[in-house]
Amino acid sequence: MRLTAPEVSERVAAATQIEARGVSFAYGRHAVLEEVDLMVRAGEFVALVGPNGSGKSTLLRVLLGSLEPSSGTVRLFGEPPSRFADRERIGYVPQRPVLDSEVPATVEEIVSAGRLPRRGWWRPLHREDHEQVGHALDSVGLGDLAKRPLNELSGGQQQRAFIARAFAGEPDLLVLDEPIAGVDAESQRRFRDSITHLIEEHGAGVLLVSHELSAVALDLDRVIVLKRRVVFDGSPAELAASGVSLGVHPEDLPLWLEELR
Amino acid sequence: MPWPFDALPYPFELEFMQRALVAGVVVGIFAPMIGTFVVQKRMSLIGDGIGHLAFAGVGIGLVLSVSPIWAALTVAVAGALGIEWLRSRRTASGDLALALFFYSGIAAGVVLVSIGGGFDANILSFLFGQALTVNDQEIAIVVGLGAAIVAAMLVLRRGLFAVVTDEDWSRVVGLPVGFLNTVLAVIVATSVVAAMRIVGLLLVAAMMVLPVASGQLLARSFRGTMWWSVGIGVASVVAGLASSRFWGLAPGGAIVLISAVVFVVVALVKRAAAPKLQAEGAGL
Repeated sequence: MRLTAPEVSERVAAATQIEARGVSFAYGRHAVLEEVDLMVRAGEFVALVGPNGSGKSTLLRVLLGSLEPSSGTVRLFGEPPSRFADRERIGYVPQRPVLDSEVPATVEEIVSAGRLPRRGWWRPLHREDHEQVGHALDSVGLGDLAKRPLNELSGGQQQRAFIARAFAGEPDLLVLDEPIAGVDAESQRRFRDSITHLIEEHGAGVLLVSHELSAVALDLDRVIVLKRRVVFDGSPAELAASGVSLGVHPEDLPLWLEELR
Repeated sequence: MPWPFDALPYPFELEFMQRALVAGVVVGIFAPMIGTFVVQKRMSLIGDGIGHLAFAGVGIGLVLSVSPIWAALTVAVAGALGIEWLRSRRTASGDLALALFFYSGIAAGVVLVSIGGGFDANILSFLFGQALTVNDQEIAIVVGLGAAIVAAMLVLRRGLFAVVTDEDWSRVVGLPVGFLNTVLAVIVATSVVAAMRIVGLLLVAAMMVLPVASGQLLARSFRGTMWWSVGIGVASVVAGLASSRFWGLAPGGAIVLISAVVFVVVALVKRAAAPKLQAEGAGL
């Protein structure tokens, strides 16, 4: 069956989870983003990299609707972020999540919060919610630590708990902001396995903002390099053709990014 | 008082003590319950700020010859919404927003009270509490508002937990952050007014914070912190009222002082036990 042109564009739009076209942003007169184009489709694993101050965090905030772009358009699942109502479809792992270390919230309590967008924040969690929380904890290797206070865990384990919170919501799109910065090798391996599981089993799209791509280098579909504007958007193989390695010499990428300054 | 209160032994065998006990226990339940979320949100002093605003409400009630409680509730709720509005718009930081309302409230209260007839024992009872003189109508208000507050907290607690632990994440995944923050502010205002005749406007914030400070040290979960705090709050009220009967102390102050003593004891015991626990953890 041949699809009509509108049908084709409708299907492409449905598969496109994040789209930015010609996005610019400035703090006062200081331009942070210029004419940025970016797209993440369902089932795609995309890394966003760039030197410090390149605008990655600002771009993420624009994409998620926390900031309005000065010009250009952003779409989340085909809709402007301000009008996008199905936010439970988004899984989000913030950079260094803020949690008062004095408050003894357990790992399970934190991860269970990840079910609220799906279940409804006022509703009690059901058995299937608890099962999903259990799956999420197991997928990051924290099943045995569910009842432990989060502030008794290592930095890597805490970060895995926040990743599990995002997984617990069964997201169609996962956005991670520097989730494995300074995390131990075991946590990085767990992180890679759980991301690839989410993509392969659930067809989720993943946008990963990170400098440390060695753990996921073989799984990435695309790498986008940002330095106020997009200076590279292609496969890791294409990036390697430029003499930049993501995996064999993990230090190559950061060095190359520094040279971009 | 109806059964089982009329069967209580000394120091609660008299009716005025039984009234104080009922009203005080209700405050001992809801104030720390709310406090768990307020402390986690790093707004421990919001109860103080709203308490000072409520004092301005008491002054308005005196000047206009309307019920000081309902006038205080109206001003406290309006002030809580103002504090949350300033905080959410980042027009002022959380503590600066509190300070603005804190000082404006107490100043307005002093001016209005002086216009309305000056400070007398009735006014002091709003500031410092007078649990031993609460009447049936005041008990009905405390119990009614307390029941509404506890019911609201039980419904809202999951959403509030998500918001107070990670507001940015909550916003991205679509939780109603603004709504939940606003409702929490209104509940804090309501609880301040509900508790003002028991512990007083100047001490009400202590009942939101001190039991939670102890509960955090004793519990290993957020849920556990909340229930430990409620237990300590209720125990402090009972012990505070009893000591006020034994030694003729001001009940509001006695309740808060006992909460503070509980915190000091818990902190010292925990500190003394910490090296031993660490040694056991290290297999020594």
